[in-house]
Amino acid sequence: MSHPPRPPTDQELYGRRGRPITDQDAQEINRVEELAYDLKIREVMSKSPVTASPEMSLADVLELMRLNQISGVPVLDNQQLVGILSIEDVVRAMNRNDLTEAVRQYMTRDVVSVASYDSIVRAMQTFTENGVGRLPVLDENNKLVGIITKGDITRGILFALQKDYKAEELRRYRASHLFEDIVSDRTTLVLRYSIKPQDFTHGGNASSYIKRALLRLGADPQIARRCGIAAYEAEMNLIIHTLRGGILKLEVESTRITISATDDGPGIEDIQQVLQPGYSTATEKVREMGFGAGMGLVNIQRCADKMDLESSPGKGTKLIMRIHVPQEKRNGLGKGNSNESSTDHRTTQPETAD
Amino acid sequence: MNLTEIIQLVDGTPLTPELSFDVEIEGGCGADLMSDVLLSSQPNAVLLTGLTNPQVVRTAQMAEFRAIIFVRGKKPQPETLQIAIQENMPLLSSPLGMFELCGRLRNAGLPSFESHVPSS
Repeated sequence: MSHPPRPPTDQELYGRRGRPITDQDAQEINRVEELAYDLKIREVMSKSPVTASPEMSLADVLELMRLNQISGVPVLDNQQLVGILSIEDVVRAMNRNDLTEAVRQYMTRDVVSVASYDSIVRAMQTFTENGVGRLPVLDENNKLVGIITKGDITRGILFALQKDYKAEELRRYRASHLFEDIVSDRTTLVLRYSIKPQDFTHGGNASSYIKRALLRLGADPQIARRCGIAAYEAEMNLIIHTLRGGILKLEVESTRITISATDDGPGIEDIQQVLQPGYSTATEKVREMGFGAGMGLVNIQRCADKMDLESSPGKGTKLIMRIHVPQEKRNGLGKGNSNESSTDHRTTQPETAD
Repeated sequence: MNLTEIIQLVDGTPLTPELSFDVEIEGGCGADLMSDVLLSSQPNAVLLTGLTNPQVVRTAQMAEFRAIIFVRGKKPQPETLQIAIQENMPLLSSPLGMFELCGRLRNAGLPSFESHVPSS
């Protein structure tokens, strides 16, 4: 019944596994299980519970239960928990016509309780082990501070999930309304990624982030797919061909998306030649990986609305890809702000004035 | 067609037991050139390929494939498995060759999701 301070057990430290959590474990834990460990009993319990004293008559306690619509009360003597009286105990007394007796005669003295600072998973275990419907909750000083039922746990978890959900909705809303909430003559969000030469293992990571960011900002899935593919081909070009790597940059505006890949060498000798489908300078190693078939730039041209390639041998290359966001596809991403007309005015695309 | 049915059809061995194979596959695409995959595939298909490097998963992710089958019993590199699990891309290995695999899936009613590229 008492809870003297003691060092935490492995189970308390690490949950029911009783060992440090592995990545694999972490993936398998769902949010409800997580909450069972995160939520403390004091957060979900009913506070200031109705109590009885050992000297009260059972008839009085029965009336107390009826008035408060409860089916059990903790029994306190001098602020100390000394027992618990459930409706079953009262029924037992009724059968013997004993309702004038004191609570002390019928209460359960060997009370199972839980500590307010424990996780609700502890209460769930205690319910299962003891087959009881309610548990008195004691604080650090063994004072009764509440009572917990399975219903309290369910309500607590649902409430926490609802809070999670609201926070997630708010995050989504904020991200997808970025361009509406921030007022300027021209708002641009810029993401930069450094790409290392010959880093085939991480090839595609940056493009993957770019695509995710666009979806997060509320871009149309088809536009995000086109941007992802164009960025990926450009990223692989930086990995395959550059001497010191390069920068992959995403610029998001309300009316268009610009992706650029910039490097400082070796540069391209004949730009017309590299734009020919099938022309490639890639090594056998790169070809074995399924790249270097001379289709990258062709592919980018198909995905982008506009592609510009500037290069000088010995200096470096700049590849710029533009994707327009048509009016009807401007979800969160492209609703623009009140100055949209002036934004459009400044862009060089002929079809933005609509 | 569900990916679990496809496993049966191609005598497939799941390589990513961590991931659910209860995935709806709408079409198929077979290629060993990643640019071809990026250029001419439609989303929500299964990719049949003989390549096993991590770029296959990245390519499949960019082109929005739902699963990858390695042909001729090829086994992917450890990095490939790692990225696949991270990106939730189920991987299978099939002992069959590319032609046989495509044929079986097509016969079972899985449409081609390879878009026609106009000749230029």
